[in-house]
Amino acid sequence: MVQIDRSGDPLGDILNGKPAQTRPGWLVQLPLPFWAVAFLLLIMPLIANNFWLFQVFGWSFILGMIALSLMFLAGYGGMVSLIQMSVAGLAGYMVAILGTSGMAEISLNWPWWLNIPVAIGIAALFGTIVGALAVRTEGIYTIMITLAVAAAFFYFTRQNYGIFNGYTGFNRVLPPPLFGVNWRDPVPFYYLTLGCAALSLAAVTYVARSPFGLALQGVRDGPRRMAALGFNVTAHRIAAYTFASVIAAVGGILLVWQNSQISPGTVGIPVVIDILVIAVVGGVKRPIGPFIGAVIYVLLRTFSPDVLTAFGLSTERFKTLIGLGFVLIVFFSPDGVLGLWERWQARRHKRRDPLGDGGTP
Amino acid sequence: MTTTDPRSLSSVASGNALELRGVTKLFGALAAISDVTFSVRPGERRAVLGSNGAGKTTLFNCITGDFLPTSGTIRLFGEDVTTFPAHERIRRGLRRTYQISLLFGGLSVADNVYIACRGVSRARFSLLRPRRSDPLTARAAELMEAVRLTEVQDTLVSELSYGQQRQLEIALALAGAPRFILFDEPAAGLSPTERRDLVAILNGLPGHIGYIIIEHDMDVALRVAESVTMMHNGRVFKEGTPAEIESDPEVQELYLGDGSHSHG
Repeated sequence: MVQIDRSGDPLGDILNGKPAQTRPGWLVQLPLPFWAVAFLLLIMPLIANNFWLFQVFGWSFILGMIALSLMFLAGYGGMVSLIQMSVAGLAGYMVAILGTSGMAEISLNWPWWLNIPVAIGIAALFGTIVGALAVRTEGIYTIMITLAVAAAFFYFTRQNYGIFNGYTGFNRVLPPPLFGVNWRDPVPFYYLTLGCAALSLAAVTYVARSPFGLALQGVRDGPRRMAALGFNVTAHRIAAYTFASVIAAVGGILLVWQNSQISPGTVGIPVVIDILVIAVVGGVKRPIGPFIGAVIYVLLRTFSPDVLTAFGLSTERFKTLIGLGFVLIVFFSPDGVLGLWERWQARRHKRRDPLGDGGTP
Repeated sequence: MTTTDPRSLSSVASGNALELRGVTKLFGALAAISDVTFSVRPGERRAVLGSNGAGKTTLFNCITGDFLPTSGTIRLFGEDVTTFPAHERIRRGLRRTYQISLLFGGLSVADNVYIACRGVSRARFSLLRPRRSDPLTARAAELMEAVRLTEVQDTLVSELSYGQQRQLEIALALAGAPRFILFDEPAAGLSPTERRDLVAILNGLPGHIGYIIIEHDMDVALRVAESVTMMHNGRVFKEGTPAEIESDPEVQELYLGDGSHSHG
């Protein structure tokens, strides 16, 4: 039945599965500002004090990673998931439960090389199951389902004493003293979080151009068409949740180490919403966005109380500031701070363009 | 290796590439298509004609699995695929183009074609970027050349002209190893030159690839099809060769009447 009647013709060759000559692969060129920022971050311990390293940058990188997992789902998959903080929190809880904590009667004291991978695995499984529930819905319903599960998880950790130790949670959850380093010291912790954040950023950037990442963006733009090309749309969406959950889980483990404790408040609804705010403020179109959002959030969160007190206002008003910032960003730039930046760049470029209306300077 | 090609075996088993039996699709009380029965041989090229609302696109959607038919059976190369999800039918060699472009506007032309090549290959879930030697990358490049889109391969699809988007639609349908293609009005909105190119592409397809083409332009339809199915009000109205259909008085009265005059 299969006959070749167009040998020699390019189209005929393709359709008959003939091999063809190769073409350069997908190359990504990193811009100069990237190297400048990377250099600055690497020498940061020479410039910044311990408070900045541990509290401001460490926390920003962690929140950025958790928000990055949301960016991956929302930006590339078109799925706004509010479960990412719960996945991170579950990983943090699992490290406390399987490893060592101040709650000796619950914690299992597994060695770090066992409890960390198992914690990430359990969190990824949880994220995958929630994803499997959520991908059958679209838009607002995805948000509602993931928010409902996040709320259920919060109440479960608060009421379950057998595993999650209820209201109290776990304290004295510390990173393993690997290579004789106390990883909670500001400088090691800074490099640990910087390394994890850089790795996850690189992973997301890389995967976005892999067959899986491209297919995910195809599913976002046209699920019907993807099915008509032979892709199992549902399976791709669920796999995206698995991938994102691994990144969130690593962020969650770093978070529990930073605080040295975890309790239901870590996975509360306000924090779940904060992750969404961070991702949206930074921008969900590019993987760097969530980190920019996280830095803005942490700076506001850390320094606005001082400013507010100076003006005679309650420190709790910082939420009003973040809320106002969120409203302004959503109103003026749906693509977040990055969107503002890109628009400004485009306008500057246009002004320099001799063919544009501005003429050359 | 030489004697057992499972593809040819399965098509030999039933003798037909596509077989529809009593396919009916109801939307509420409205029957978009009712009791459609016909079959297409492997390698056969057929045109489906009919006025707007005759049920042509619904028929395509039932064949590809976008909709499940209300009743009836659909067999693809001898296999009953009536309840299969769309992607399972595609993996059996079925392809389609869409009347309204369903392309990935946020991705480049090259990415669109590459995704299409991946769709029917293994490693759809690969997290590793394609290497330079990835044969699919080269395959995508050749497909773009075949539909004359190489020059715009890095352009975002949302920035392509309408004609270029139609060409890309065809490239996506040709990716992988298609055995049977459904073309949904591929010539709609094309310029006369683009139409000539389209006819050349369709007539140049390898002989083992059969297709069904929905086309309003009789000049295109009758030049690329060896058999014709006329649909009217969701039912098969007439079947025959292009010459028979053209000369059939009932068909002329019903459909060709105004159309043939306007085409001169």
